[in-house]
Amino acid sequence: MAVEGIGARALRKEDKRFITGKGRYTDDMVLPGMGHAAFVRSPHAHARVKGIDASAALAMPGVDAVLTGDQLVGDGIGNLICGWMIHSKDGSPMNMGGWRALEPEVVRHVGQAVAVVVADTPAQARDAADAVVVDYEELPAVVDAIEALAPGAPQIHPEAAGNLIFDWEIGDEAAVEAAFDNAAHVTRMEIRNNRLVPNPMEPRAALASYDDAEEHYTLYTTSQNPHVARLVLSAFYNVAPEHKLRVIAPDVGGGFGSKIYIYPEEMVCLWASKRVGRPVKWVSDRTEAFLTDAHGRDHRSEAELALDADNRITGLRVKTIANLGAYMSLFSSSVPTYLYATLLSGQYDIPAIHANVKTVYTNTTPVDAYRGAGRPEATYLLERLMETAAREVGLSPAEFRRRNFVRSFPHQTPVIMCYDAGDYDATLDAAMKAADYDGFAARKAEAASRGKLRGIGLSCYIEACGIAPSAAVGSLGAGVGLWESAEVRVNPVGTVEVLTGSHSHGQGHETTFAQLISERFGLDTDAVSIVHGDTDKVQFGMGTYGSRSGAVGMSAIVKALDKVEAKAKKIAAHLMEAAEGDIQIEGGELKVAGTDKKLTFTEVALAAYTAHNLPDGMEPGLKEGAFYDPTNFTFPAGTYVCEVEVDPETGKTEIVNFVAADDFGKVINPMIVEGQVHGGLVQGIGQALLENASYDENGQLLTASYMDYSMPRADDVPSFKLTTHETLCPGNPLGMKGCGEAGAIGSPPAVINAITDAIGSNDLAMPASPEKVWALYRSAMREAAE
Amino acid sequence: MYETSYHRAGSLAEAAQLISNADDGKFLGGGQTLLPTMKQRLAAPSDIVDLTKIPELKGIREDGGSIVIGAATTHYEVASSALLKEKIPGLAALAGGIGDPAVRHMGTLGGSIANNDPAADYPSALVALNATVATSKRSLSAEDFFVGMFETALDDDEVVVSVSFPIAQKSAYSKYPNPASRYAMAGVFVARLGDGSVRVAVTGAGQNGVFRATAMEDALSGNWSPDAVAGIEVGADDMLHDIHGSADYRSNLVTVMAKRAVAATG
Amino acid sequence: MSKVSMVLNGKPVAADVEDRTLLVSFIREVRGLTGTHVGCDTSQCGACVVHVDGKAVKSCTMLAAQADGAEVVTLEGLASGGALHPVQAAFKENHGLQCGFCTPGMIMSAVDMINRHGAGNLDETTIRHELEGNICRCTGYHNIVKAIKAASDQMAGMAQAAE
Ligand code: FES
Ligand code: FES
Repeated sequence: MAVEGIGARALRKEDKRFITGKGRYTDDMVLPGMGHAAFVRSPHAHARVKGIDASAALAMPGVDAVLTGDQLVGDGIGNLICGWMIHSKDGSPMNMGGWRALEPEVVRHVGQAVAVVVADTPAQARDAADAVVVDYEELPAVVDAIEALAPGAPQIHPEAAGNLIFDWEIGDEAAVEAAFDNAAHVTRMEIRNNRLVPNPMEPRAALASYDDAEEHYTLYTTSQNPHVARLVLSAFYNVAPEHKLRVIAPDVGGGFGSKIYIYPEEMVCLWASKRVGRPVKWVSDRTEAFLTDAHGRDHRSEAELALDADNRITGLRVKTIANLGAYMSLFSSSVPTYLYATLLSGQYDIPAIHANVKTVYTNTTPVDAYRGAGRPEATYLLERLMETAAREVGLSPAEFRRRNFVRSFPHQTPVIMCYDAGDYDATLDAAMKAADYDGFAARKAEAASRGKLRGIGLSCYIEACGIAPSAAVGSLGAGVGLWESAEVRVNPVGTVEVLTGSHSHGQGHETTFAQLISERFGLDTDAVSIVHGDTDKVQFGMGTYGSRSGAVGMSAIVKALDKVEAKAKKIAAHLMEAAEGDIQIEGGELKVAGTDKKLTFTEVALAAYTAHNLPDGMEPGLKEGAFYDPTNFTFPAGTYVCEVEVDPETGKTEIVNFVAADDFGKVINPMIVEGQVHGGLVQGIGQALLENASYDENGQLLTASYMDYSMPRADDVPSFKLTTHETLCPGNPLGMKGCGEAGAIGSPPAVINAITDAIGSNDLAMPASPEKVWALYRSAMREAAE
Repeated sequence: MYETSYHRAGSLAEAAQLISNADDGKFLGGGQTLLPTMKQRLAAPSDIVDLTKIPELKGIREDGGSIVIGAATTHYEVASSALLKEKIPGLAALAGGIGDPAVRHMGTLGGSIANNDPAADYPSALVALNATVATSKRSLSAEDFFVGMFETALDDDEVVVSVSFPIAQKSAYSKYPNPASRYAMAGVFVARLGDGSVRVAVTGAGQNGVFRATAMEDALSGNWSPDAVAGIEVGADDMLHDIHGSADYRSNLVTVMAKRAVAATG
Repeated sequence: MSKVSMVLNGKPVAADVEDRTLLVSFIREVRGLTGTHVGCDTSQCGACVVHVDGKAVKSCTMLAAQADGAEVVTLEGLASGGALHPVQAAFKENHGLQCGFCTPGMIMSAVDMINRHGAGNLDETTIRHELEGNICRCTGYHNIVKAIKAASDQMAGMAQAAE
């Protein structure tokens, strides 16, 4: 290792344990005497639970207990919560139904847990769970959001009449009305955003134990935000007060949003560990993950764009119905509202926007934030509209976008957001150049000679990361603050530990965060360690989601570093009898400018702890904490260009070239940022081409394993060409914007725009399965022939 | 997985003995289909009898005008066999496309055909190459062996010992994989046999498992070229349909895969 | 219950286990080697890939009893004498992992792939095709492919230098 500061492609410090098999994930943990949990789950999408007979299961070998919802409610365990209050346009609060971790009365989606078995081995627990007899009375089910709103649809929660959770709006309806009245051209589309299953490769897991003597619980779990988990488990689920509950998220195998939430199973393990008097472990299998991990997306929208005679956008009108599934998950209400409609202005100067969003209960798995959360839905809608409008008015897609770009900052959109900085021409130009856009016609002709249909598509995305500031989101209904914390501890020997409230589950924080310290003090990154993921070790923090760890988490570290640096300089100045302002830090040393006087960082740290000779009144030690609450969102943006070849005989799409030009502001470690983009792109391409959670009309999930849910494989995707352009974010000390979700946000419309360009037909919904593309192309050909 | 008893048979006689002693026994090849089924608790045999260590079931050899492949030969061994690559390249290529590399290291010819999954690849090769299946009790033509979806002519205690594939003049296989499972949504094996006759067998697409596309066979007999089959549709009536593909689409895929298989024979 | 014996990462081991015990459970739960992972129920993700008698197999789709008498190598057994295997090193050098969950299977599959094709004989298309049985949700495969190619080429160079 070496001194590797901001901008270095530092190799990851955490890799060694993963490539040698020494990672420690929740399922790798073993506690003495632990039992294993298996859940009894509803096979029905909607049914009344009339009785549960556990007698046969209880008699089976190794079985400790069969616990049900009645016992859970009897023990005072609270309902699951939704952490963001949304009001309908008539001012009424959202209509939220109750959600219990084990349901005693009415199950509302296939896979909902009604009981749990604890036994000596996982196989015994599974055997016994299969032997629990549940008497169900089936009720009619509804899975489609539009059908759920129709009169006479099955009623899912008594609290939400007609299954409507809220009917929310944003923007100026009258202004939009006027824009459409005066439009020279209107582009209209129906747009569907398909339901996805997040599928981190590590399934969820929990290992809970209860210490009788201390009345203290410990939970190892697959969480993106252990402190939030502890808060919710304590304050809302009433499992234990916070100081009696330690939550540890060790190595976590991916999250993508799905490991933000505090699910029934994790909480039941905690509760059961006290009930049965032994540690309890549960590991989800993949089918359970499909049935119970929060799904993503699932929007149906009508969208209209109004243009004036110069092809400038004058108005955007959107009506969206969002399917939230059977229960309101933790952030479910914020995703289709403040994380979605506020981004509908895209990179464009649109004077009037109005969006109406209805959210709906259905008998499906709950839907919540999944990589991008609301922003992919907004981007897909807008960028398909943009491409379609360009084709309709006969402008090139790039020229039409250019004509409408925002060019002066700050820019206030009609939908809350105030863009602070950006250069959309720069990323568009960079992308077109890297994609050799000008050479496309020749490539298309060459492909045609091989019988292939070649198409090219653009997408110019913007996203908002690091949701903030806390006071602002609080006024919009958020139940928590969205700041982050950090503590920087310099040890007496000059090594550094950074405690962060962010959580790393693949993002490489142990490396990038260390680079900040390396940069600041000129220390070797090996002299720095990052501590995260344990509520006993780390001060309160908000965790990792919404591409916030850089812009928010690292800003908190920078604030703490500022304090450490100031104190270190004071000590050094005192020791070297120099003015504080003359002290410079360079290469691990504190020097007096213009002299050869210097002290090593270690000497200063040691002096802080021996405290033999500190400035008057200074406290010993060199350790500082900070809480950072951003002043605004950050706004990463960029242009993606996708080039495809479609096989007209099978409808199969091959992505032959994909360029991403992103503006993430300041980049700490380009290697890690590129990795984030690659991963995001493939999730977006997966959404565009392959992935879809599909239910039959009875609410059975037809895609409940990798046999039917198409995960992107290595041979489904190309290698990518990435380029970046940097405009600094003025809102945080490093100028960072966030990079974790961009790929998933920007890529789906680029892919679909390319396919529709190739086949000459626009009526394509995601995922663009080969059959759909084949059928569409055939009918387009038939029409053309007629 | 429910509890079961595992036995390893050293000979065909021992295998027969073990299975007759079992309440509800099943033979085990590489286990790449049976074990996932048992893990999902969709099968619960009381006993499983591992056949893969029986010497007669191993190996690939030339015998007269045929290549005989032992039932316990793995897909990897078939795919990488120099003999097969030379004599029946379509068969080697087919085996090299089953599942993924790790599955091919375990999965066996006998296990695959005894299961007769409608989306499995091998049945098409057996039918198109007019192979003969030798069991512990008798010999059967491929067409007599495959009875219907997940159904074969095997008795409960009958073991596939080997399959004899007549060396063809030309052979090739082309499949369109299901995007999720990667099983065949339509797989077509085309062969011009030693006597000049033509056979075309289709897997993955039909409701009753593998079937012969006789109209394509007739067309190819006169004119061995992709164009000969390009206009021939097998029809959607007996095609499978599911979330991945309608019957119409599968019917189209059969035609396209047939064309590509013929083209691949050069 | 049956007694299962095998050589695991060079060490003879034996245990009495239920016949339904999968090889992956034997490795993880009986032997405590948790570097091998389970990511699916349908034999598709490849997080569980180990080598049995020198060949990559999915340890979630094999009974421990089937591996009785075999030589089994897991990710923990790949490095020799403290030196990383070139494939392990290449995954780090090329940022071929993020959360690390798919990594054990990816590395074991990559080593097997290079063994079968011969070092230096892998191109991008072949690598992508060969990875059909390994799913990664984090990396988008870009850097995994790069890492395998780099390892393959580097191993070819090493073999040449040794000649
Ligand atoms: S766990 Fe073995 S293939 Fe997924
Ligand atoms: S690195 Fe996370 S699944 Fe591959």
